[in-house]
Amino acid sequence: MEAQNTQLLLGEEQRLPERQSGQKLAQGWAYHTFVILLGLLMLYPVFWLFSSSLKPADEIWTTVNSLIPSRLAFENFTNGWKGFGGYSFAVFYKNSFIYAGLATVFAVSTSTIVAYGFARVKFRGKNFWFTIMMMTLMLPTQVLIVPQYIVFSQLDWLNTFLPLLLPRLGGDVFFIFLIVQFVRGIPLDLDEAAMIDGANQFGVFFHVILPQLKPAVITAAIFSFYWTWEDFLTPLIYMTDPNLYTVSVALRAFSDVGTINDWGAVFAMLSLSLLPVFLLFVFFQRYIVEGIATTGLKG
Amino acid sequence: MREPAAVSTAKVVEQKPVRLFPRIRIGRKSIQQNDLAGYLFISPWLIGFFLFALIPIGMSLWLAFTNYDILGGWEYVGLENFQRMFTRDIRYSRSLAATFKYVLVAVPLRLIFALAIAMLLNTKRRGVYWYRAAFYIPSVIGGSVAVAVMWRQIFGIEGVVNTVAESVGLTGVNWLGNPNTAIWTLILLAVWQFGSPMLIFLAGLRQIPQEMYESASIDGANGWQKFVGITLPLLTPIIFFNLVMQMISGFKVFTQAFIVSGGGGAPLDTTLLYSLYLYNRGFSTFEMGYAAAMAWVMLGIIAVLTGISFKLSSLWVYYETDVK
Repeated sequence: MEAQNTQLLLGEEQRLPERQSGQKLAQGWAYHTFVILLGLLMLYPVFWLFSSSLKPADEIWTTVNSLIPSRLAFENFTNGWKGFGGYSFAVFYKNSFIYAGLATVFAVSTSTIVAYGFARVKFRGKNFWFTIMMMTLMLPTQVLIVPQYIVFSQLDWLNTFLPLLLPRLGGDVFFIFLIVQFVRGIPLDLDEAAMIDGANQFGVFFHVILPQLKPAVITAAIFSFYWTWEDFLTPLIYMTDPNLYTVSVALRAFSDVGTINDWGAVFAMLSLSLLPVFLLFVFFQRYIVEGIATTGLKG
Repeated sequence: MREPAAVSTAKVVEQKPVRLFPRIRIGRKSIQQNDLAGYLFISPWLIGFFLFALIPIGMSLWLAFTNYDILGGWEYVGLENFQRMFTRDIRYSRSLAATFKYVLVAVPLRLIFALAIAMLLNTKRRGVYWYRAAFYIPSVIGGSVAVAVMWRQIFGIEGVVNTVAESVGLTGVNWLGNPNTAIWTLILLAVWQFGSPMLIFLAGLRQIPQEMYESASIDGANGWQKFVGITLPLLTPIIFFNLVMQMISGFKVFTQAFIVSGGGGAPLDTTLLYSLYLYNRGFSTFEMGYAAAMAWVMLGIIAVLTGISFKLSSLWVYYETDVK
């Protein structure tokens, strides 16, 4: 019966080669049109944001539907950059880059070291600690923020970067897990060769494993930068001095409904804050896609 | 570095019978035990875990039974915080209702979209790589303050949605001001960011052997039958994983609720998601004991929901045992 079916299929294909390919072409067109329309609908809000940031201020709420500004109002960006209360966005960007940059360096470097320990070194209690570590993934940060805040404020660390950066030195469980998975995929041969030659665990880590970790480290670094760049809650709690606001906290103050008179400037600053994220995405999307697909990381 | 490797491999081949290097044959177990090195390598995490997780957890548990405020005044109040939460605090029950509505609607919708788009993009057609990237963009930027503000303006009275609606003859709605619609703007924002589960589904779809579909077609199965009979059962472990992860992250949503609702869960606390209310109690009115108690109840709810999911999973999650 199977043979008969196959024959039927083959026969059909042989009979109508022309129409088949014509139909396929039409299907292809239909597919691409549908997906592109769906994609445009999805991304419409983003286009709207970008176009509003380039519209002259009096046009934003009068031509809401239109994506095309009557002229490109770049002054929105220079006006917005001036910021508020005497603090320009240069200050906020500096703070955000300090936070996201250092947090990423800290979290990724320690995560790499810890991941090597879990993936390649045999020690008593390893499974126990690994299980504990994975369990902390389930732990909502909300349980930790109140006591952490109390301790950090007792230490007089409010309005410093210490509460934001210090916890990152412990590594990030997501990244540790990602790198552990990656290290497990590296064949043991080289480790063993190096060990036979007299290298110890540290030598193996630095000379054998670390050079091969580039893709995993890049993936972790990108996610770390994203999450820190977009982090709102932590700087909102610890940074009350506008001189230390990160971009996300500043944007919230800048876009406070009651006080806005220049929406063009607001939309310009909103768009600008997404620029680092977009640039990273364009250049490193391969790492992002693979990182999520292989570990089930949230994005 | 490369040269010694070659030399030692040669040695191994030569001396195989002498059992000088047994570790090479037994693979992973070969690594020598080294407690000191192991603990040195994991020490950053271990120290961080004690300082920034374990000690705060202990403190938080203690705080939950006090009326600690930021000025430092506190006394032991027993179960008072929990009693207040469940019997007297009307805002707490509204917050709980809003959060459950949000999680129970947004998570399934997000997963349905993720799976549908993943199936749409699971082809070898030209350009599909770019499509995947495009559909993932909302997830990349979605957690930011910028997108939350954008969303608020899109659903504002003069926003895009109302303008489009009015241009086709419908009357505009005060989406953010109406207690019946406000939460839906947040749900839509969550569904919009279906990118991560989509990518995880795509990875799962690629694991399904093509032959299964081929033999099903030969047996005369149509597209829907193939979906229900092959795709869905084989994806259930991934659906389950996504369901649990998304549910947990649903309880943690803060930025979007904060920005869209203007910080207080307006209107009528219908967008007062759990984390937002916790923040308000802990850091606006500085009732830190109460906030800590709320955090523990949240942990309990997440644990119970995860537990139920695992219990129910045996009914519908299909684990391959004979394939591979």
